[in-house]
Amino acid sequence: MTTRDGAMALRTEHDIVMSRQTVRKLTQELKFSLVDQTKMITAASELSRNTVVYGGGGEMRWEIVANGVRQGLRLHFEDKGPGIPDMELALTDGWTSGKGMGVGLSGSRRLVNEFEIRSEVGVGTCVSITRWK
Amino acid sequence: MKTQNTALETLLKTDRDAIVDEWVGEFKVGGGKGTGSHVVAEARSVLDGLVKGVSDGGDPARFDGQAWAPLRDALETVSAARAAQGSTSGETSRFMLAAKKPMFDRLQVTFNKDAAALAENLWWLSLLVDRAAQHTVDAYQRTREEIINRQQQELLELSTPVVKLWDGVLAVPMIGTLDSSRTQLVMETLLQRIVETGSELAIVDITGVPTVDTLVAQHLLKTVTAIRLMGADCIISGIRPQIAQTIVHLGIDLQGITTKATLADALALALKQSGYVVTRPKAA
Amino acid sequence: MDRIPILQMGRHLLVTIQVDMQDQTALQLQDDLSAKIETTGASGVLIDISALEIVDSFIGRMLASISGIARVLDATTVVVGMQPAVAITLVELGLSLEGVRTALNVERGMKMLSAARKDDDDDA
Repeated sequence: MTTRDGAMALRTEHDIVMSRQTVRKLTQELKFSLVDQTKMITAASELSRNTVVYGGGGEMRWEIVANGVRQGLRLHFEDKGPGIPDMELALTDGWTSGKGMGVGLSGSRRLVNEFEIRSEVGVGTCVSITRWK
Repeated sequence: MKTQNTALETLLKTDRDAIVDEWVGEFKVGGGKGTGSHVVAEARSVLDGLVKGVSDGGDPARFDGQAWAPLRDALETVSAARAAQGSTSGETSRFMLAAKKPMFDRLQVTFNKDAAALAENLWWLSLLVDRAAQHTVDAYQRTREEIINRQQQELLELSTPVVKLWDGVLAVPMIGTLDSSRTQLVMETLLQRIVETGSELAIVDITGVPTVDTLVAQHLLKTVTAIRLMGADCIISGIRPQIAQTIVHLGIDLQGITTKATLADALALALKQSGYVVTRPKAA
Repeated sequence: MDRIPILQMGRHLLVTIQVDMQDQTALQLQDDLSAKIETTGASGVLIDISALEIVDSFIGRMLASISGIARVLDATTVVVGMQPAVAITLVELGLSLEGVRTALNVERGMKMLSAARKDDDDDA
């Protein structure tokens, strides 16, 4: 039975693994294609890690959304961490160095249909991603 | 409500076969189609579901309740069968609505001395049949959508077959415009086949692709990158002179991907890379 | 925390990743492999990821690191069995995994390692 929404804490490395398993369960219940499942779980992994490692811990909230006949999965990654000072920089591809949030944020954006980020220095960050069936 | 249910229940159970016959007759008179035995069987299964719901104390106002589950199942089966046969949603609901007359007639006989009870029962049954008819329409819509989706998928798959050219060499002839969803599908199918067959070379032939712009090139590049990530390689063939010009003109960087003008050239290269030598024995 | 076992086969090291790894586990594998390459003098490392349904940027970077470290220690690394969905996702993520050699399966991977070693022996 699908729950319409839920949340889980993102504090430890173990939580990152749990977030992957949670998103896997949700995408399977919603009967996403294998590739779409993989993309969503990978995006969740990236954003969960950002929350734990750079955001000082936070939570992941999920909700099953509908747009007419279409169903989708929306995830929110929220923390009360330092916030992102230079959004543009954070969102540009940072492949080569591979350090920091680079690939995680910009890469995740390409894996989902909708991507929204709100961040304020000293307050925190919230990234919302949505994948439609 | 309880007394009404029992009265209705008895009525429906005793006269079950007669009701079914009259129902089918009513349906045919209204222009309903379908072979005799089929329609009778359908009516019977729906009536049985209805009777079960009544005897389990179902409330028509709560059609989604547990009591009406057998009825809903029967309706969905009938709907799906008719949707697959190409009936319209109107016909499907007309089938259900045709059940009213035979049941109303009997209610009138049973309650002919009690106007109030008659009115109540008629309303109760009417509500139930209407809900049932609505349910058949909903189920019908869903089935049609599923059929359409499946056909779309099949069409997509048929238009991009992955063929084995040789041991370890697969080919995909791309035909028509390369949009995002098509390239996705081709990529997924091709990668899957690469794993299944253990082929180390894939040839993507774009002879049938009218134009190549930056977007299309991007899609092709992604496909090749994915293939290489998995441990295989890819040759793009069928590059016509105009396309070659466009590629250079747009400054598209093919990032070391091997390209060949024709599928034949690509196959020759693939065989060579796989260590094969093609010889022609001397003519007699 | 689970530790990924490393098998030795002649001059090659074999690793099969079958669990959804925690970041720490991946880092531990990196350390263990580097140490083992040195102690065994292995010339080739084969990492089987055919059971991995998710490879995110952390795992990707780990694979690239292992490749790099192994090269410095004079060993070749091959990553085998990448699943199609994983490959598609990695491309979209923008991870090039440059410098990481890949093969379709263990058999091909081993052939690659033997060929690489043969080249080395010929040069010697």
